Amino acid sequence: VTAPAAWRRYSPAQTLARTGAQLGLALLAAWMLARLGIRWDYVADSPAQIGDLLGRMFPPEWSFASALLGPLAQTINIATLGTAAAVVLSLPVALFAALNTTPSRATYALARLVMVVSRSVDTLVWALIFIIVVGPGPLAGVLAVTVRSIGFVAKLLAEGIEEIDRRQVEAVTATGATPLQALLYAIVPQVKPIFAGVCIYRWDINIRESTVLGLVGAGGIGFALNDAILGLEWSRVGTILLVILAVVVVSEAASAYLRKRLT
Amino acid sequence: MGPAVWTAAAVFLAWNAVSLEVNPERIARGLSRFGTVAARAFPPDFHRAGLLASGVLESVEIATLSTLFGVLLGIPVAVLAARNVVPLPLYATGRGVITLGRTFHELIVAIIFVKAVGFGPLAGVLTLTVNSVGFFSKLLAERIETIDRGQIEAIRATGASRGAVLVYGVLPQILPRIIGLTLYQWDIHLRQSTIIGIVGAGGIGATLYNAFSRYDYDFALAILLVIVAIVLLGEAVSALARRSAQ
Repeated sequence: VTAPAAWRRYSPAQTLARTGAQLGLALLAAWMLARLGIRWDYVADSPAQIGDLLGRMFPPEWSFASALLGPLAQTINIATLGTAAAVVLSLPVALFAALNTTPSRATYALARLVMVVSRSVDTLVWALIFIIVVGPGPLAGVLAVTVRSIGFVAKLLAEGIEEIDRRQVEAVTATGATPLQALLYAIVPQVKPIFAGVCIYRWDINIRESTVLGLVGAGGIGFALNDAILGLEWSRVGTILLVILAVVVVSEAASAYLRKRLT
Repeated sequence: MGPAVWTAAAVFLAWNAVSLEVNPERIARGLSRFGTVAARAFPPDFHRAGLLASGVLESVEIATLSTLFGVLLGIPVAVLAARNVVPLPLYATGRGVITLGRTFHELIVAIIFVKAVGFGPLAGVLTLTVNSVGFFSKLLAERIETIDRGQIEAIRATGASRGAVLVYGVLPQILPRIIGLTLYQWDIHLRQSTIIGIVGAGGIGATLYNAFSRYDYDFALAILLVIVAIVLLGEAVSALARRSAQ
């Protein structure tokens, strides 16, 4: 009596291929890890370093919090203004980047290019570029946030435009409406909720991004953070981190609430 | 929302805009400076290809390793943050970890890790590993919360322990999502790994930052072009792999 053949999910060849792929990945990871040049004496020391850092940060210097109100307002301003400007500028980009509203192949390609360039460079890198142009300060931050957000807002909005109900556009066009009127009365009402949601979502992201713009000189609370770190005033760093935590949590809650109300 | 709210928002924005002190003279000065910089940035200088390549390779390594570790760390956190598989106190812990992980920008986390383990790519790997927990675990926890209860009940009916239920009832259902999120996370990490060098956490960011601060604009442009290329390539690879995995 022969035992019934055990059921196997993969054939021997598949098993071999899977094991090979897994082994390859593990080797790649090991090679990368080896190349990191880890200083194990530093690593061994790191718990003590973090403990030391936390010990210096806490208790935070609460009296310093009042001095943070100005930089904090600036951070929120950078995020809000940058988002507002990006919202306005992303409208034409989104219309050109949606297959059903773009006037020609050339405008479509142009809009796609704008989106790619905007999205593949980080806000901080845009800030470095704008600091060269307009000098250090919040204006560079606003411009960086604007340029980075255009691609994001336009991409999501264009996807929203591509998914609209065509029949409403046809109905409005059938009344003899011009393309502009069709846009205003058939397309805009359909994408408005998506648009509002995307804008609020991006504002929330921008608040978080604006907290570090000051590290490269583009204004906001990151500027105070950089000062405190360079001055080794860790109890101030602790205060700043707690303030950032509070702002990000509040803005996230506000954004979630607004999105629920609007969409 | 009433007109009062909109008016208030408009006034706030206008006051903000005024506080930036933008005036025609400043715009003119900025534009002329932009012209000078642009002239110096072209053509991009690819002569230091070795420096460029080692920076990019380090960024890719940071992104890959931190994704690997981030997923290993993120799966248990996601389980903790799914209301339908763990008791309430554990759930609260998991949610807390996710909120904390999402709050701080990677650059702030990087500053802490640079202090802890010194300058270099290890700080970058640790930063992005910690940072990925917020994103990865949140989305994975949402997936776990929508799994099919029937399969769990079936496994539980065989007398399986909590651990066995997770491995045989939950894991097979969420595996495709784990793979998709991992690839997406790698794409995000690749972008982040190009900037954390600004605070000394390794990767191409340090090279870029130095080029900017040395007014080395043609080299900076070369680095920027390479970053854009790498990010686009990473996005394409990630999208392609996600499509074939699902």
